[in-house]
Amino acid sequence: MKNVNEESSRRNFLKIGLMSGGAVIAGASIVKALANEEPKKTGEMVKVLTADGKMVEVDSSMINHPSEQVLKEHAIREGIAGKKFIMVIDLARCANERKCIEGCQSMHGMLAPIEYIKVKRMQDSELAAPYWFPQTCYQCDNPPCTKVCPVDATFKRTDGIVVVDSERCIGCKFCMAACPYSARTFNFGRPEQIAFTEAHKTDQDKCCTSPSTEGTVSKCDFCPESAAKGILPSCVTECPNGTIFFGDELEDAVTNGEETFRLSELLQKRAGYRQFEELGTKPRVYYLPPVNRQFPFEEATEVHNQAE
Amino acid sequence: MIMTKNDILLDKTTFETFTQEEYMVMKSDLLQPVQKIGTWGKVWIGFLITICLLGIYAYYIQESKSKYVTVSLRDYTMWGVYISNFVFFVALSLIGVLMSAVLKLTHFEWYRPLSRIAEIIAVAAIMLAGVSIVAAMGRPDRLHFLLLHGRIQSPIVWDIIVIMTYLVTSLILLFIPLIPSLSTCKNHLTGKPKWQMKMYEILSFGWEGTAEQWKILKKSMKILTVLVIPLGVSIHTVTAWLFATTLRAEWDSTNFGAYFVSGAFLLGVAGMVVAVFVIRKAYNLEKYLTEMHFDKLGQALVLMSFIYIYFNINEYLVPAYKMSGLHANHLLSLFTGEEAFFYWSVILFGMVIPGILPLFPKMRKPLPLFIITIGVVIAAWFKRYLIVIPGLAHPYLPIQDVPNSWKHYSPSLVEMTIVAATFAAMLLIVTLFSRFFPIISVWEVAEGKLEGKDEIINYK
Repeated sequence: MKNVNEESSRRNFLKIGLMSGGAVIAGASIVKALANEEPKKTGEMVKVLTADGKMVEVDSSMINHPSEQVLKEHAIREGIAGKKFIMVIDLARCANERKCIEGCQSMHGMLAPIEYIKVKRMQDSELAAPYWFPQTCYQCDNPPCTKVCPVDATFKRTDGIVVVDSERCIGCKFCMAACPYSARTFNFGRPEQIAFTEAHKTDQDKCCTSPSTEGTVSKCDFCPESAAKGILPSCVTECPNGTIFFGDELEDAVTNGEETFRLSELLQKRAGYRQFEELGTKPRVYYLPPVNRQFPFEEATEVHNQAE
Repeated sequence: MIMTKNDILLDKTTFETFTQEEYMVMKSDLLQPVQKIGTWGKVWIGFLITICLLGIYAYYIQESKSKYVTVSLRDYTMWGVYISNFVFFVALSLIGVLMSAVLKLTHFEWYRPLSRIAEIIAVAAIMLAGVSIVAAMGRPDRLHFLLLHGRIQSPIVWDIIVIMTYLVTSLILLFIPLIPSLSTCKNHLTGKPKWQMKMYEILSFGWEGTAEQWKILKKSMKILTVLVIPLGVSIHTVTAWLFATTLRAEWDSTNFGAYFVSGAFLLGVAGMVVAVFVIRKAYNLEKYLTEMHFDKLGQALVLMSFIYIYFNINEYLVPAYKMSGLHANHLLSLFTGEEAFFYWSVILFGMVIPGILPLFPKMRKPLPLFIITIGVVIAAWFKRYLIVIPGLAHPYLPIQDVPNSWKHYSPSLVEMTIVAATFAAMLLIVTLFSRFFPIISVWEVAEGKLEGKDEIINYK
């Protein structure tokens, strides 16, 4: 009985979420329409698919790029309106090629041994087969880290992402103690890192909600700046095997850049699960179990991150 | 000469007459540490100041250079000795609750010469707990954010609120009984610099010892004494919650608040024995800090040890019986693994020895008890270390592919210097206090010397 109730309330919640998401978008367009009634024609025609499946050509000025618009306007504490980012990691595809780690480090300007995304060798029991386990920040819906922050430096945004505001963080590291997944990292001011950050201060291609500064906590942030532009996080695009899927729960779709799946179907068919569900943190990262593997498991022969 | 209530009532102007001579002796005994600072006293103060300056220098290095170089903390053990030192000092500050408030309210008359010693240690310890926390912060320059952006849902904010309240209450509770002593200092100290006499005069707030004043003093003391007990229990319970409110298996315990408080009471008794022993020897106060005090404190030590052992059994043996996958790594590293030597030493010196040896009256003599309690205090510091650091070294997801320094934490020289400096600063505060104010409350002791403590000097 309890489960039925929970189910239905969850469904209602999703419905409300979808509706409110829709309402926000609709509202935004109306406001826009009222603000400037006649957008300037560019003369450039673009083919678009309408909701009822017809291909039509419209002037490019008619096309709104809400995400880019939203990105410009969205405050770091608010999140991108109408989005609920979600990630699915297919453990059957991970071969520990570490491209996601490198991509992430380059995107966020972090040097090894700092890894926002880690790949761990997991083996549930002696008889069970080992597998590679990519791990990001789970952007939990019930985040233990944001609860304990004394100054609201880490918080949950409307788009589901948990962000650290490095301008606010006092460096007490309580969030790191609270995170059961050890997803957070502290900027201890490693000289190489400081020099690197200084040298790449003005780089435009670095993506970060709030760049890590010395004495503050930072972590994986799902690259929302990229997401707002419709670009996938670099861990997704860098993976040669398409292990990591990224998407929007409200759209019910996730993609690794090549394949796109309906999120609900994918999780149902492939028995998606969340790590340590029993902790009640409600992660926004789902795993697909390592069955029908695409690669045989190979032990890592190379050690990384040994340099102090 | 025995006074009855009637005598006092008849002679309302009686002022210190009941045992005038005795009282004068008492006064000069108890004012003696303030009156004269010997060479060794100066050396001791100089030594403590040196360590404090070293600590300030170490902190300067830590903050001006990269913490990656100066501090051994890394992403997994991101809380190190600063935090365990903080927990230790919070625990030590409960000494004021136990040795002053609880004994006072339960009418254990032997508290009288101890209460001020306990209060000043409590105040010093809670201040140094705050210093330890600031030393642990990544951005101490943003300390004021706690006021600007503080959020009540965070246990850190709870901790700050109760610690601040406890500090203020303890300061007032230290100060109010001090007022008559300040007046005593003003009237009886000789050859002191002008500013010091001026200080006594200002701080004694025109104390004349009228019946009205005594009444107010007694009443406010009573209210504060009652208030300070729940506050003291709260500060350490909330400090325990800093750990227990996380999802980490080794801290995820409903036992934590009581476990911390009971440990703090044991440390409080042990700290008291150490302090009483040293003060007694250094200031020749054997007449006031008697063997009886050691006897009583020794008995208290046994009681507190057994209570602490009880909570330790709950905390470690019950999960160990189940040995669930969540706890196994942590517990085994304590029982048989890399922390085993520390762990069992702490159990032995921090609980078993103080629980058993003082059962024998010979062990409750000053020197043996002093040696036992030194062990308890050191073990108590390592106990906090063992709660904080190994707890971080065994997260749910395995630590893999990281530099060696990330896996094993051992405090750096900078960290240890700062910790040493916090200890020196605490001792310095207590020492300096005892050099400017009578460390034993003259009037409280005098009051206790009378039969029936209501019949005192001139307050009725």
